[in-house]
Amino acid sequence: MVTFLQVALDGILSGLLYALIAAGLSLIWGVMDVINFAHGEFLMVAMYLSYWLGFLWKVDPLISWIASGVFAFLIGALTYKLIIRHTIGKSAMAALLATFGLSMFLKNACLYMFSPNFRILNDTILGGKTFSVGGVIFSLPQLATSLFSLGVVALVYLLIKKTRLGWAIQATAMDKEAAELMGIDTERIYVLVFGLGGACVGIAGGLLPSYLATFPDVGGLFSLLAFVCVAMGGFGSIPGALFAAILIGLVEAFSGFYVAPVFKYVAVFGLYLVVVFWRPRGLFGW
Amino acid sequence: MSGPILQVQDIHTGYDGIPVIHGISLEVNQGELVSIVGANGAGKTTTMRAIAGLMMPYQGTITFKGVDITKMPAHETMKIGLSYVPEGRRLFSKLSVRENLELGAFIKKDRKEINARLEEVFELFPRLKDRADQTAETMSGGEQQMLAIARGLMSKPALLMLDEMSLGLMPSLVEKVMDAIVSINKSGMTILLVEQMVQEALEIAGRGYVLQTGKIVQSGSARMLLESDEVRKAYMGL
Ligand SMILES: Nc1ncnc2c1ncn2[C@@H]1O[C@H](COP(=O)(O)OP(=O)(O)OP(=O)(O)O)[C@@H](O)[C@H]1O
Ligand SMILES: [Mg+2]
Repeated sequence: MVTFLQVALDGILSGLLYALIAAGLSLIWGVMDVINFAHGEFLMVAMYLSYWLGFLWKVDPLISWIASGVFAFLIGALTYKLIIRHTIGKSAMAALLATFGLSMFLKNACLYMFSPNFRILNDTILGGKTFSVGGVIFSLPQLATSLFSLGVVALVYLLIKKTRLGWAIQATAMDKEAAELMGIDTERIYVLVFGLGGACVGIAGGLLPSYLATFPDVGGLFSLLAFVCVAMGGFGSIPGALFAAILIGLVEAFSGFYVAPVFKYVAVFGLYLVVVFWRPRGLFGW
Repeated sequence: MSGPILQVQDIHTGYDGIPVIHGISLEVNQGELVSIVGANGAGKTTTMRAIAGLMMPYQGTITFKGVDITKMPAHETMKIGLSYVPEGRRLFSKLSVRENLELGAFIKKDRKEINARLEEVFELFPRLKDRADQTAETMSGGEQQMLAIARGLMSKPALLMLDEMSLGLMPSLVEKVMDAIVSINKSGMTILLVEQMVQEALEIAGRGYVLQTGKIVQSGSARMLLESDEVRKAYMGL
């Protein structure tokens, strides 16, 4: 029973982290119909920033996430301004290939600058700390990262649903021209949305070095899982992405533990296939 | 202010470089209700889009409240008091009635003012108040049209431009919408109206323009246009 709870806990905690990464992807997709293939690399760059802040100046990830979030916001906004804007009105493939190119560029730039080495931050505030409740062990850095992720997802959701700015974002997603007629500068909304999408993944990336190694390829698996969350949850739906992320975290943990570690992604992507066959628009499609 | 509130001078515009408007001039004075009428495809919507700033004229000038808005994008013309209720309503279908209205006042930042505007449009269209929390897509066609007009009023514009308010409504509802437009105009709002329903549009207007294949072919007082043989033959089947 304790083992079962432990596996479930691990699954849920991973899922919450995936949810934050997926929320950023989902937001960009929902508003602009663009899949940001560089999403995982935004995460990687944010992790490097947090890592170097910690390594060089002893800034803890508990603080660095702010810098990483802001940095990734800027990268997102710049990506829109310099790349995505020029692909609007062209085929959907254009944006896809452009962000794919950006992901390659970022990955190789980091490989060149920082080598492929795994970099681990030692002596962070939460690093290695655990506590246990009835035999179930909680890893403090992972718990903090996951709860924080949940908090940020909730904030993004509230921003979209409950504020005037959020309505403006939704309006732009639903009918760009009609939004312009309301006096909404949709170009600025796009910059903001890409920035927010970046910030979500940037915050996650800022926290991760407290328990995860940083290396140039670290974003790949995360972005793949985030994509699966978004597609399974329903493109553009943040609650859908959250639900799917927790589901994926659980499937990953249980199949990895009770079947075999190498089986876990077979299970995750198998589930994904089943869901998209059964409901092509995802569980919570807009 | 003297002179017309909106002055359009010899504009040419079209889609992908192919002109469909060939030199249109018109003006609207403070407090007027002016109708632009014409058959399907005459270029009424295109003219309105050019004025609102959703598309740019190839030639000609548009002046609003003395400001040259020829090249001004829609989100800025809105800020200086020009509100366009587009053809087909274009409501934000998944948002509630209240959220749609709030977005109509997006350029306003003062909460008190926004609430006052909400009260005003609810008074004008009480149905909307009853349905404030319902999503726009679940409203009936007539209610959606009311909402589109109300949303256009939320910014307290200096000029309200209405495109094809009768579209898809049954005759009794058309009459209700027309009555609402008249009462909005009576309250002091300047209105530029576009309609295919020539008779209805000219009956409520002070002046009118008749548009045909991208050109103005007749203009003058609405009464005169209603009595003109050409208009009666061409548009009212008389
Ligand atoms: N998006 C577009 N792309 C290309 N041509 C268009 C577009 N919209 C309209 N047109 C063309 O421009 C001309 C004028 O159309 P417009 O919509 O302005 O007419 P309208 O008078 O508003 O007609 P209706 O009464 O049917 O609304 C038509 O010939 C139409 O085919
Ligand atoms: Mg039209």
